[in-house]
Amino acid sequence: MNREAAQRPASVRALFWAFTWLALQGFGGVLAVVQRELVDKKQWLTLEEFVEDWAVAQIMPGANVVNLSLIVGDRYFGWRGALAALAGMLALPMVVVLALTVSLAGVADLPLVQGALRGMGAVSAGLIAGTGLKLIVALRTNAMGKLVCAALAILTFIAIGLLRIPLLWVLLGLGAPAMAWAYYRLLVQHKGARA
Amino acid sequence: MNPWGWHELATLFLHFVSLSLMSIGGAVTTVPEMHRFLVSEQAWLSEGQFSNAIALAQAAPGPNVLFVAVLGWTVGMNAAGGTAAGAAAWALAGASVFASMLGIVLPSATLTFFAARWGQRNRERPTVRAFKLAMAPIVVALLVATGWILAGSHGSWNVNPGAYLLTAASALLVWHKRIHLLWILGAGALAGVTGWV
Repeated sequence: MNREAAQRPASVRALFWAFTWLALQGFGGVLAVVQRELVDKKQWLTLEEFVEDWAVAQIMPGANVVNLSLIVGDRYFGWRGALAALAGMLALPMVVVLALTVSLAGVADLPLVQGALRGMGAVSAGLIAGTGLKLIVALRTNAMGKLVCAALAILTFIAIGLLRIPLLWVLLGLGAPAMAWAYYRLLVQHKGARA
Repeated sequence: MNPWGWHELATLFLHFVSLSLMSIGGAVTTVPEMHRFLVSEQAWLSEGQFSNAIALAQAAPGPNVLFVAVLGWTVGMNAAGGTAAGAAAWALAGASVFASMLGIVLPSATLTFFAARWGQRNRERPTVRAFKLAMAPIVVALLVATGWILAGSHGSWNVNPGAYLLTAASALLVWHKRIHLLWILGAGALAGVTGWV
């Protein structure tokens, strides 16, 4: 299937610090940093593996980057890896957020602080969208075919972004037929390979 | 407000437990339910404290689910009578953070852990492969849509065109360039402070 990723984390400890470090860089959301660090820099995952794991992380309940940390951690070091990655993602960043809560209690309403928050909010919206655009490349090899992938992506964008339909309905309405089509394509490929 | 004890902490814990498995698409999707319970029903938080907690955790480093920790902290502090109440208040706020975070993370993390393991063990099964293939374009588009929705939360195009330009520029930069993300965020903060967005 996919080519294997080039690198892997050296130890549970390395996993913990890697996730701590990337969570601490994630102002306004961690996803863009996770993709950068794990795929581009550390090369623990290929872009295709990242999209696959992300799909599971996103579809399961819970914070999706937290889910992703569990999945990646478990892959390398079993449940200890999952716990280390999860702890890395949450422990130190939680201390930082609470310290900010205490220290910003009096100044959160100042126009300067509000302005900075507004500007960073606009950027983090762009970081999430940009990461999505970057992942499109990983769909090239998708067995459903480029046209079907493009149609699914466009319909999902319209349903969620423009019509604001709840995610669960989109997953059922688009995901179920897409899965049937993917299953059919895999069968055809399989037969083709045997013939 | 009555003094807080184990009963209230357990109530808080169970509230977040009940939301954990419903939070498909992230804990943020259950914000309306948290608001109903914490602000309207129990009156443990004021309206302003609730929205500030979410705004702060969004801007701060770390996963967005940490807004639950901030909510827990504020609920505990309120119950104890604020930082002026001293060590007891800090202890209660800490316990309240622990109850909230454990409640929101534990059920969904456990489910995800075992589901992902099952998926990994059965990754050659046609159904599992079909599932991953089918979900790939959907979750990719979901990210673009999320960015789109967040961009729209800063007022309409006519009111704040700068914010839209900033969002578009950030998206293009992260898509095509390898510039460090913190530089882009810093530029955004600067643009906000100087009143450009």
